[in-house]
Amino acid sequence: MKTVRIGCGAGFAGDRIDPAVELVEKGQLDFLAFECLAERTIALAQLAFQRDRRTGFDPLLEQRMRAVLPAARSNGVRIISNMGAANPLGAAREVTRLARLLGIRGLKIAAVLGDDVLAPVMAGLSPLTDRVGTVADLQPHVISANAYLGAEAIVEALDLGADVVITGRVSDPSLFVGPMIHVFGWAADDWGRLARGLAVGHMLECAGQLTGGYFADPGRKDVHGLARLGFPFAEVDEDGNAFFSKVTGSGGRVSVESCKEQLLYEVLDPAAYAQPDVIGDFSKAVLTDAGPDRVALSGIRGFPRPEQLKVSVGYRDGFIAEGEISYAGPGAADRGRLALEIVRERIALLGLKLAEIDLSLIGLDSVGLRRKPAEPSEVRVRVAARTFDKRTAQQVAHEVEALYTNGPAGGGGVRKSVREVIAIASTMIGRDAISTEICMEES
Amino acid sequence: MQLGEVAHSRSGDKGNISQISVIAYKAVDFELIERAVTPERVKRHLGLPAAVVIERYVVPGLNALNFVLSGALGGGVTRSIRLDAHGKTLAMQLLDLELTTSIADETA
Repeated sequence: MKTVRIGCGAGFAGDRIDPAVELVEKGQLDFLAFECLAERTIALAQLAFQRDRRTGFDPLLEQRMRAVLPAARSNGVRIISNMGAANPLGAAREVTRLARLLGIRGLKIAAVLGDDVLAPVMAGLSPLTDRVGTVADLQPHVISANAYLGAEAIVEALDLGADVVITGRVSDPSLFVGPMIHVFGWAADDWGRLARGLAVGHMLECAGQLTGGYFADPGRKDVHGLARLGFPFAEVDEDGNAFFSKVTGSGGRVSVESCKEQLLYEVLDPAAYAQPDVIGDFSKAVLTDAGPDRVALSGIRGFPRPEQLKVSVGYRDGFIAEGEISYAGPGAADRGRLALEIVRERIALLGLKLAEIDLSLIGLDSVGLRRKPAEPSEVRVRVAARTFDKRTAQQVAHEVEALYTNGPAGGGGVRKSVREVIAIASTMIGRDAISTEICMEES
Repeated sequence: MQLGEVAHSRSGDKGNISQISVIAYKAVDFELIERAVTPERVKRHLGLPAAVVIERYVVPGLNALNFVLSGALGGGVTRSIRLDAHGKTLAMQLLDLELTTSIADETA
């Protein structure tokens, strides 16, 4: 039976680069996909693109591609990535330029266009799906609107012979489902196989999270070699059944436990994982040990794909100020609490208008929501506020800094920051409003 | 007995929703986990506000429970002012939930 090997070279924009090189050199891969586009990244990229038409794609594109292109070329590994962000065509041209620079000729690089749906979305009154209201309520602050495309355009690019496919917003698993459809020729309504392919893509898309990253818990779930964690690949057959593994000798561990955690990761109803290509039913899934660092997945079912596509709308949502200062020694927590009280009172005295404020002590209650632990030997005060304007945010951050000479005894190590918030709201769009296009470059 | 002795857990986020899986290491312990780790107890253990709505899905083939906590992330990662805006740390905070304590004991 025909099989295909697909690896994951990055699970987020800031991911390590060397595990992808290891995969492309030693993984005997057919395809390598890089998932690098978080929800709001595309809005930030759109802002950059508006300022400078030579940008708008992933800033690490050149570095990642430089690292993997030579071995990808010599081993015949084809690459798919959403590093195109707001400018897939610019990214494809950048890869073309880089390939020539590396002496790689005749490499075909495809850009997938068509996820930018700002015009059609803002022309209507699409209801928001994650809150009450419509897209019109977000004006005049809207920056971008991008639809989560499915695998179709990736398949088209691969069918045209692309060695590298660069997309903007597509659903993360579709980066992996695309090559499967291309190789196996699955029908557009073959929901069972598509769902198995979806599950494979879902398992792979966070890279190291399948192989022991975001998993290790010393004494309970031990993982060796996390500093040289291997990234995963799947060996998929034409029915979509798959084994998951990693390169022999790399760090980490592919276990039934790590695979179970990743199968459910960010899945809400396991019986209805809705993605543009198919709705996957993972509720009867079974993961079995198939040897050292090798796990088999079965029991995935599929249902017809959703009628509409999800759209992420990026919009400006005020500013966030953060300020931190540490206290140590006897009474550290009491001095930390006093510091928070002082900041709270200062904000009132100055009449600062805030949308929201979060006052916490790191080490006591900053991420833990409930405990009253023993007296710590140090605490770190954290003040965070959302404001409507930048000036107010700067004032809040300044009030934390001013604790140096005006606050409790022994406060040190102030850090402060102010940033504009680019937030995301969700809506839906009909498939008929989308038209995709492939632009092919050659080095 | 604490949950972490018989189960492992991972949290993820989708907008303002936190998702937390709780997975039995051994099938034999799943029934106890299923009985003890209710949405109400998760909510209380994590100190979540009353407005947070928790749904629980059972995935028997994986000996797993999947919790979906709507409204739990302070607006979601793109706009939350919390230190851990993703709620990445939530799953591990569940692991010292006492399996043998009944809800009645806790309320008392």
